Amino acid sequence: MQIYLPIAEVSVNAFLLLGLGGMVGVLSGMFGVGGGFLMTPLLFFIGIPPAVAVATEANQIVASSFSGVLAHFRRKTVDLRMGTVLLIGGLIGAALGVVVFNYLKSLGQVDLLVTLCYVVFLGIIGSLMFIESLRALRKAKKGGAAPAKRRQRGWVHAMPFKMRFRTSGLYISVIPPALVGLCVGVLSAIMGVGGGFIMVPAMIYLLGMPTKVVVGTSLFQIIFVTAFTTMLHATTNYTVDVVLAVLLLVGGVIGAQIGTVIGARMPAEQLRVLLAALVLAVCGKLALDLLLEPAELYSLVSGGGH
Amino acid sequence: MLRSFIAAMCLFCLPAAAAEEQVVLGLSQDRVAITATFDGSEILIFGAIKRETPIPSGPPVEVIVSIAGPSEPVTVRRKERKLGIWVNTDSVLVDLAPSFYAVATSGPFREILSDTEDLRYRVSIERAIRSVGASMHVRGAQDFADAVIRIREAEHLYSIRENTVAVDEQTLFRTSIDMPADLTEGEYSARIFLTRGGEVISSYETIIDVRKVGLERILFNMSRQQPVWYGLMSLVIAISAGWGASTAFRLLREK
Repeated sequence: MQIYLPIAEVSVNAFLLLGLGGMVGVLSGMFGVGGGFLMTPLLFFIGIPPAVAVATEANQIVASSFSGVLAHFRRKTVDLRMGTVLLIGGLIGAALGVVVFNYLKSLGQVDLLVTLCYVVFLGIIGSLMFIESLRALRKAKKGGAAPAKRRQRGWVHAMPFKMRFRTSGLYISVIPPALVGLCVGVLSAIMGVGGGFIMVPAMIYLLGMPTKVVVGTSLFQIIFVTAFTTMLHATTNYTVDVVLAVLLLVGGVIGAQIGTVIGARMPAEQLRVLLAALVLAVCGKLALDLLLEPAELYSLVSGGGH
Repeated sequence: MLRSFIAAMCLFCLPAAAAEEQVVLGLSQDRVAITATFDGSEILIFGAIKRETPIPSGPPVEVIVSIAGPSEPVTVRRKERKLGIWVNTDSVLVDLAPSFYAVATSGPFREILSDTEDLRYRVSIERAIRSVGASMHVRGAQDFADAVIRIREAEHLYSIRENTVAVDEQTLFRTSIDMPADLTEGEYSARIFLTRGGEVISSYETIIDVRKVGLERILFNMSRQQPVWYGLMSLVIAISAGWGASTAFRLLREK
């Protein structure tokens, strides 16, 4: 069934969108990631204009994170104070990101920026994850995996403006979390992702937060930052397509339920290797697009966007 | 009184006599409604050639039908290899290019319409695109205009289909033009030309209105006119859809 998307102004198959939403939903349920970093490139591949894909994906992430954060609130695994600091950084970052996005759009380089961001970040995260999970697998095979040592408390703890984060059991400066939030905000606006795949490792390894509050707190930040990004894109670019968002969402929620069941049955180390391989595959495809000579060297943009 | 009436009639008839053959047109639809399930449309264009005199001898009458979407400026960018990756470098602004352009003819285009007439009426695809201001500083500005045609032809937005207008007895003609699903809104102009020996002997122009309707219309208008409310609405709809679906699943599993 073809459906005409009112804002994207393209006609696509509704089942294709539901299927894409479902597939990414399965993965996000299996691995516990948001899936924005997979969905946005997939939307490019099926011909949704990049600006619409990024803005709409932000809208979808708000919705798919909402039920997650509710569950974490019930379990009291959200550090509200830390979340607020991350959020303040995130909002500033998102505003900066949208300004950069719109400026590069006027130069015609926004596709390049988005693709480069994806290649760099997916490349780094994917390789780190791959190496670490391979190491974990090898250790698991040898038997008796030693628990990973806590990072040395270094420069993060030498900064001013210290604050006590009771839920996380931390007493650290507000600068590092605010900066982490800022980076994630910029990425959220430019790449149309929640940024969980960057924020979660940063919270664990950089800030030293306990793992059990990391996911809830990052979801809390993601919801508000992506909601803000959605509003910025909706009011400056008019690129949020609510029909597209709802279709992806319905598929995504169903997929996530299936994914959670599959994920619970597979060993964690193997899941991590799979996720790493997937991240690297998406990164590789995008990198090839930049490196290989495109079949069509020219591209069109309506309007006098000089 | 009667005399002045006859004089008026004669005056009225004069232009008609100048163009001996005129188009009487019918369209299967004079508006296209883009609904949520819109997946393209086929417009049937048919008509007759009205004449007061017998069919003139000489080359037979030929018919050219064109439909053009609203014209707007288009920025064309070219990629070049920089530091090993392909990036957009040069760009050219094509002043006006129709968002959609289809031509159907009753014979080979170059044979039934002379180049001077094409220049005058801007019928062929190359002529329908205007790039007078194509900047001089870019090498091969023509390549950019060609790229517009090539890309839009690949997207089925531009097409020229020769020998697809059927002409019966030099009087009746009909053709159909496919409009793809990815249409933009606006007034589409349909033009019909009658030619003999490459010269245009009569032309007729009418408007086909392409509009989003229903939900599509409401959402589109709202996103432009009240972007803040549209953004908030998108968030609320998305959150309630996501939350509703996951709650429904949880209840199902608990049962």
